[in-house]
Amino acid sequence: MAVISRDEIFDKVKEVLENALGVDAEEVTMDATLIGDLGAESIDFLDISFKLEQEFSIKIDQGELFPENLMSDDSLVEDGKLTDKAMDLLRERMPHVDFSKLEQDRRVDQLSEVFTVSSLVDFIERKVSA
Amino acid sequence: MRWMWIDTIIRFEPEARLDTIKNVSLAEEHLHDHFDGSDGIEPLAVAPASLLVEGMAQTAGILVGSVHRFKEKVVLAKVSKFEVDRDVLAGQSLRYEAYLDRIDAAGASTSGLIHLCDHGDGRWVEIGRADLMFSHLDRNMAGRAFPEHNFVFSDNFRAILVDAGLAHLIDEDV
Repeated sequence: MAVISRDEIFDKVKEVLENALGVDAEEVTMDATLIGDLGAESIDFLDISFKLEQEFSIKIDQGELFPENLMSDDSLVEDGKLTDKAMDLLRERMPHVDFSKLEQDRRVDQLSEVFTVSSLVDFIERKVSA
Repeated sequence: MRWMWIDTIIRFEPEARLDTIKNVSLAEEHLHDHFDGSDGIEPLAVAPASLLVEGMAQTAGILVGSVHRFKEKVVLAKVSKFEVDRDVLAGQSLRYEAYLDRIDAAGASTSGLIHLCDHGDGRWVEIGRADLMFSHLDRNMAGRAFPEHNFVFSDNFRAILVDAGLAHLIDEDV
């Protein structure tokens, strides 16, 4: 695959998010969170995965880009907070995501705040250079 | 009235494409209320656009469900795009063309075209586009039970598949 710059990746990710989420281009900044700022819902993550695959000619396995089934495993969530095991699992499976904020506040609802446009760009950058 | 917004399957390419036909009829009660002229506008019996979405969802839903021989519970999860350029009237026919773009264990995405035939001139013209997302509920809802009537693949749709010569797609264990 031809070398693609981070700026080019961002431009394509922005276009994917505009189409998948119906947001305006100016809303899609690197810092924007997919759920809180751009209004993504669960099915949108599948839509985004499919569109990224098509745009960048890559294969994204289920659960590779966004976590899934965390809530159904009692060893991963206790009293509404992510366990050490969950944090280790997330870091291992999702090296493209910065979990430092979540480390400070492990409430499950904070998980949505770590998935930003920047994390998507990082993910693609790793995938296309692999 | 049965919740069926397609009448027959006319083309099937496994894991790729499914085409259906819907004939719009004045026997459909809702047409007379849409629009009924009560707001001062001339009455006009128009097929509601929401039911065109449903027609495409049933077409594409059968295509998605057929991939795993209807073992998965397939539900419409997102209307990514829907455009229709003109009113659809009684006596006209619709052809829904659904294409499977992507499918995995969690769900599927489809794109589709809506064509209309006015039997006055007999020509088919493209009048709309609809892109949809489907979810495989069994994979996504951790085994929660849902009533059977929520799903596309009732006995009514079994009959449509049989009539189209596609009975072999149905897994009898379902």
